[in-house]
Amino acid sequence: MSEQQRDLTIEVPVLARVEGEGGLSLEVKNGQITQLQLRIFEPPRFFEKFLEGRSYQEVPDIVARICGICPVAYQMSAVHALESIFGVKITPWIRAMRRLLYCGEWLESHNLHIHLLAAPDFLGYRSATEMAAQYGEEVKRGLALQHIGNDIIRMLGGRSVHPVGVKVGGFYKAPSLADVEALKQKIRAAIPQAEALVRWTASLGLPDDHQEFVCVSTHHAQEYPFNEGDLISSDGLNIPIAEYEQHFKEFHAAHSTALHSHLHDKPYLVGPLARVNLNYAQLPAPVRLNLERTNVQFPSNNMFHSLVARAVEVHFALLEALQILDNYHVPDSPYVPVTPRAGTGYGCTEAPRGMLWHTWTTNEQGEVVSTRIVPPTSQNQPRIEEDLKLSLEAMGLDHSDDILRLRAETVIRNYDPCISCATHFLKLNVNRA
Amino acid sequence: MSLKAVSQKPTVAVHKFSSCDGCQLAFLNLGEHLIKLTELVDILHFVEAGPIDFDSPVEIAFVEGSISTEEEAERIQAVRKNSRFLITIGACATAGGIQALKNMNDEKAWTAAIYAQPQYISTLATATPIAQHVRVDLELHGCPINSHQILSTIRALLFGVTPVQDQDKLCSECKRLGKVCVMVTQQMPCMGPVTRTGCGVLCPRQNRDCYSCYGPAENVNTASLSQQLISLGLSKTDVARRFMLFNNQAPEYAAAVMHIREAK
Repeated sequence: MSEQQRDLTIEVPVLARVEGEGGLSLEVKNGQITQLQLRIFEPPRFFEKFLEGRSYQEVPDIVARICGICPVAYQMSAVHALESIFGVKITPWIRAMRRLLYCGEWLESHNLHIHLLAAPDFLGYRSATEMAAQYGEEVKRGLALQHIGNDIIRMLGGRSVHPVGVKVGGFYKAPSLADVEALKQKIRAAIPQAEALVRWTASLGLPDDHQEFVCVSTHHAQEYPFNEGDLISSDGLNIPIAEYEQHFKEFHAAHSTALHSHLHDKPYLVGPLARVNLNYAQLPAPVRLNLERTNVQFPSNNMFHSLVARAVEVHFALLEALQILDNYHVPDSPYVPVTPRAGTGYGCTEAPRGMLWHTWTTNEQGEVVSTRIVPPTSQNQPRIEEDLKLSLEAMGLDHSDDILRLRAETVIRNYDPCISCATHFLKLNVNRA
Repeated sequence: MSLKAVSQKPTVAVHKFSSCDGCQLAFLNLGEHLIKLTELVDILHFVEAGPIDFDSPVEIAFVEGSISTEEEAERIQAVRKNSRFLITIGACATAGGIQALKNMNDEKAWTAAIYAQPQYISTLATATPIAQHVRVDLELHGCPINSHQILSTIRALLFGVTPVQDQDKLCSECKRLGKVCVMVTQQMPCMGPVTRTGCGVLCPRQNRDCYSCYGPAENVNTASLSQQLISLGLSKTDVARRFMLFNNQAPEYAAAVMHIREAK
């Protein structure tokens, strides 16, 4: 078509409602996308280097600063890796409190994304505050659920951004029974809200865009994954986390300050949709039953079902948090003693945006010799590029620049990319030659 | 900052430079207060929340992050030109942030060590606070700042009064709260004696030592604290590391590190 032959450049100087700075270059020739690059140019901050020489005791406070939205995830992968080096055996209480802390971060991050970042795309608004005029109850419900996440993190760590409660070996302090009781009441009251949230996201008329992709997450036979499990994929991978580097390869592309990652030379997906697809059976029955009242089914290969998957995990996190708190007792000690030694260890936990893999090497004083940190967004970046190509071609490249740009932004935001993590602004350049 | 009252519903921008985005969460974590805030002020530019309007002049600009690329060095000049009050939020914007540790190192070698294709990475050799580039009207400290700091600042500006700045030491607030001293009773290397209050005494209340995410208080005696930390058994390297965290470019802390390194 002659429409497709026109020479055209579209500029979107800034991509709103994502976390970090990025850009997009799109080249169209003869109705085909010939080049597509999601460019990430968040300035590098060199965490791996200034962690060298630091004591293991400083690590949880430093790695938190990689990301303001998911500091808990960085703390969790790091403490597990360091504890594996030092041969630390944590108590069931510590394990339960780490799951609780993670529930808090998922609730905070997922509700922020669903309500403030993603939903305006599907309802035709530029921001959540604009959306609130029509959807006031939904926005308030989301912000209240987000607040419960913040409350959980605050109880265990003093504040929700860069919490200060986590140490290698456990927690600095155990919450009081009074604090636990107050939190339980809030959570119990919010469960019907989370059930309604799942049904609402499923009713939004999300675009129908089915694609082939490989899902990757951690997996634990008895529970929905947070801190512990093997790495599995939808095409049969099943490995201990220590073997990650044998299967996953990072590479550096010119258009990005984030390293990209491939599994067996191909893009793959991490995050809520990958987790729900691979761990559906591990979700508690009330979560599955509520979901079955909707017309969305998992596993799903519609990337836009990520929004529903996030809501499902909100429901799950509330139930899980309540169960942990129902069994709460004040322990003799909130941590176990740690004796550092030299070695290399691995940690892999489920950040809100997906699997977060770490390896750490320490000397005999427990000082960091080296570390490698693979955040979820750099793992998803090749998949986002692949999705953009498939989605835009499926929609048809003869649409106006505005429609193409909005769809491209919607596709990218659907992944909840955390560009500060991966290393913000999106420029869309469409060259139609 | 000299103050003339802002208009009844002032325009606001939130800008991001090199950072973890954590201080912007002081807005995004407000819950229902966020809706209330949008009734009190007109947020024109806040990329992470949705509105984008970089070029319109605003009465209040909040700036997160430090300057670590050429592009950022140019952009902050434009932000200053467009803003009546420029308020920095957080340790990156006020003291460089943890990424400013690279200022003392060979950044090229670091890039080569982390990135397979170092030629693709373009950054300045330093990460620097906003005040080293443009005039700053008010600095909000913390790594991260909290929502109370944002709301009380906006409220003060709406009332036409100077926002209150906490400058007291964390140590004093801790005593006033009746908290048992973690340094005296547990020999923890607490930074409370030299740290600006404002966090709500988070760390001592978690039974741990303060690590100074709010940076230096006024009139601090870093030399005396360093000596105390050494008497607790810390090595000189350990003591220097205590000052070399999120506020490492704060002049008081940079001087403390020099002092420790030069001491015999």
